[in-house]
Amino acid sequence: MKQLLSFIRKEFHHIFRDRTTVMILLLMPIIQIILFGFAMSQEVKNTRIVVLANNMDEVTRKLIEKIDASSYFEVAVVAHNTKDINVAFRDGKAKLAIVFEDHFADNIKHTGKANIQLIADATDPNAATSFVFYASNIITAYQKELTPVQTAGGFVQPEVKMLYNPQMVSAFNFVPGVLGMIMILICAMMTSIAIVREKEMGTMEILLVSPMKPIYTILSKIAPYFVLSVVNFTTIILLSVFVLNVPIAGSFISLVVVSLLYIFVSLALGLLISTITSSQLAAMLISGMGLMMPVMLLSGMIFPVENMPGVLRFISNFVPTRWYIDAVKTIMIKGLSIMDVTKDVGVLALMATVLIIVSMKKFKVRLE
Amino acid sequence: MNNNQNIAETAISCSGISKNYKKVEAVKDVSFEVSRGEIFGLIGPDGAGKTSLFRILTTLILADNGTATVNGFDVVKDYKKIRECVGYMPGRFSLYQDLTVEENLEFFATVFNTTIEENYELIKDIYVQIEPFKTRRAGKLSGGMKQKLALSCALIHKPTVLFLDEPTTGVDPVSRKEFWGMLKNLKKQGITILVSTPYMDEASLCDRIGLIQNGEFLKIDTPDNIISQFAENLWAAKSENMHTLLGDLRANEHIKSSFAFGDSIHITIAENYEVEKLIEELKQKGHKKISIKPIKPGIEDCFMELSQSA
Repeated sequence: MKQLLSFIRKEFHHIFRDRTTVMILLLMPIIQIILFGFAMSQEVKNTRIVVLANNMDEVTRKLIEKIDASSYFEVAVVAHNTKDINVAFRDGKAKLAIVFEDHFADNIKHTGKANIQLIADATDPNAATSFVFYASNIITAYQKELTPVQTAGGFVQPEVKMLYNPQMVSAFNFVPGVLGMIMILICAMMTSIAIVREKEMGTMEILLVSPMKPIYTILSKIAPYFVLSVVNFTTIILLSVFVLNVPIAGSFISLVVVSLLYIFVSLALGLLISTITSSQLAAMLISGMGLMMPVMLLSGMIFPVENMPGVLRFISNFVPTRWYIDAVKTIMIKGLSIMDVTKDVGVLALMATVLIIVSMKKFKVRLE
Repeated sequence: MNNNQNIAETAISCSGISKNYKKVEAVKDVSFEVSRGEIFGLIGPDGAGKTSLFRILTTLILADNGTATVNGFDVVKDYKKIRECVGYMPGRFSLYQDLTVEENLEFFATVFNTTIEENYELIKDIYVQIEPFKTRRAGKLSGGMKQKLALSCALIHKPTVLFLDEPTTGVDPVSRKEFWGMLKNLKKQGITILVSTPYMDEASLCDRIGLIQNGEFLKIDTPDNIISQFAENLWAAKSENMHTLLGDLRANEHIKSSFAFGDSIHITIAENYEVEKLIEELKQKGHKKISIKPIKPGIEDCFMELSQSA
């Protein structure tokens, strides 16, 4: 026991004497949350638009004011002809154009029907869809104001409800993603590097030629990163609750339990990487390229797993982050408890068991 | 550590050990024994197979063929027991550079289930020299101090057999001398020491040495015996122009061997030839201030002779 404690103390010395690493480890989650939360936001907010209305009548003006007043859009250019619209798009002055047909108000008054054209900059297709969606909503709402009584023989009007995240705040989506990514990065990458460093520095030789049990070596390498992950988990949760206003709708205990399980899987993964590599660079490349890419792309953090082609969807089953993000979303955003994510928990537990067994088997008691 | 269980008289024993790395034969059918309390030196150039042999004996790698025991324990079956009773200092400085001197020592003491206080006597002579720097990080120590710290760490659990792989490589001559003094003291405490070195001048400080090249022993004996078996008369040749001298000597068919050794060239001469004739010939080739004196051979001369005939 004394062996183990002294070993763990040594590991903390290693981490805290390397100032840059500590800074990176502790600041990374904060920076990521802030980046995702504010800079890389997918939300529609003050998007600049261009409007073209040849007859600035009462109805048209009111609708434009409504759109401008919403937090989603901001009228940047008032066009006089279609050429102006093209220029506005080309110069990046607007992302969406709203074109009113001639005699807009008159047409509504006399025929009960008028046309509005929405033109969106679709270089970013997801964003374009959102712009059109928000603009349509405002226009529909205004239309209801104008003709409160639905005309007889009316058309089918879908009523849309955004469940769990009515304001469509993107933080609800990326907070679980960032949690999943940071955790696997710190646990898997740092643990594997820490073990491989001993091999590279030659200290592993001395540790092997000693009565030190291999399990102690492993445990003491894991312990500090476990602590760091818990610290990071706390930071991310505090930031998302108090800065990004993402509520924890479900059971906090469930969230903690699932996260601890996930940390455990990540640590086991790092251990496995360390047993198959012999240089810090290789460990970094494997955990960086081999882990980060699938975690970012196949976990559902950026692209929904359901929309992936069959092969990728199959591969995503082996990415622990996929199951973790699903569980966190269910608990944190949907407000359910651990009993509702038994499948996710089961898969993570299975992964942890397999990884631990394989890396224990592969841990070498000799140099080769 | 209590090693009262009947300790074998033979501390280290190797028989028929071979080790290949892909196509390179690092160790070829090596057999030797080291008695308890002996300082045994493995003398040979880089790539001779010294480190591979050390790693096989310290249970770090497995030999392809042959058997070996340390303290009577088999290096394959009883590797755990060997790891408890030996001290090992790898060729490369292998301590934690970001830990202080004291932290390193304390760490290795606990790794071996002991404390600095318990075995302080053993390392005292060595450790007092680095104690003034005990709060300094190991990475910031000089070469000689690093090596003293590494030795202290390898000794902290009072091992019965000590493996030192090129402990003096890259260390200044004064520290090297001190280091060998320390080894003599450890020997007095009954510790068996297997030490490797590329420096031939350190060979005479060992009880017995094994001259090793290309994974094979050229000879195993005491340094004195090896030198006394040197069959030829050895001469040290000098002249004003040393560079052309070596070429001219090698061109002379009566010169059996010639090697540059520091400031002179060591030569052996064919029996039907005389030194006076050689001087005469060299004068004709334009050499000035020629001096050719008989000298006593050293280990390096023996090594050269043996490696040539091998």
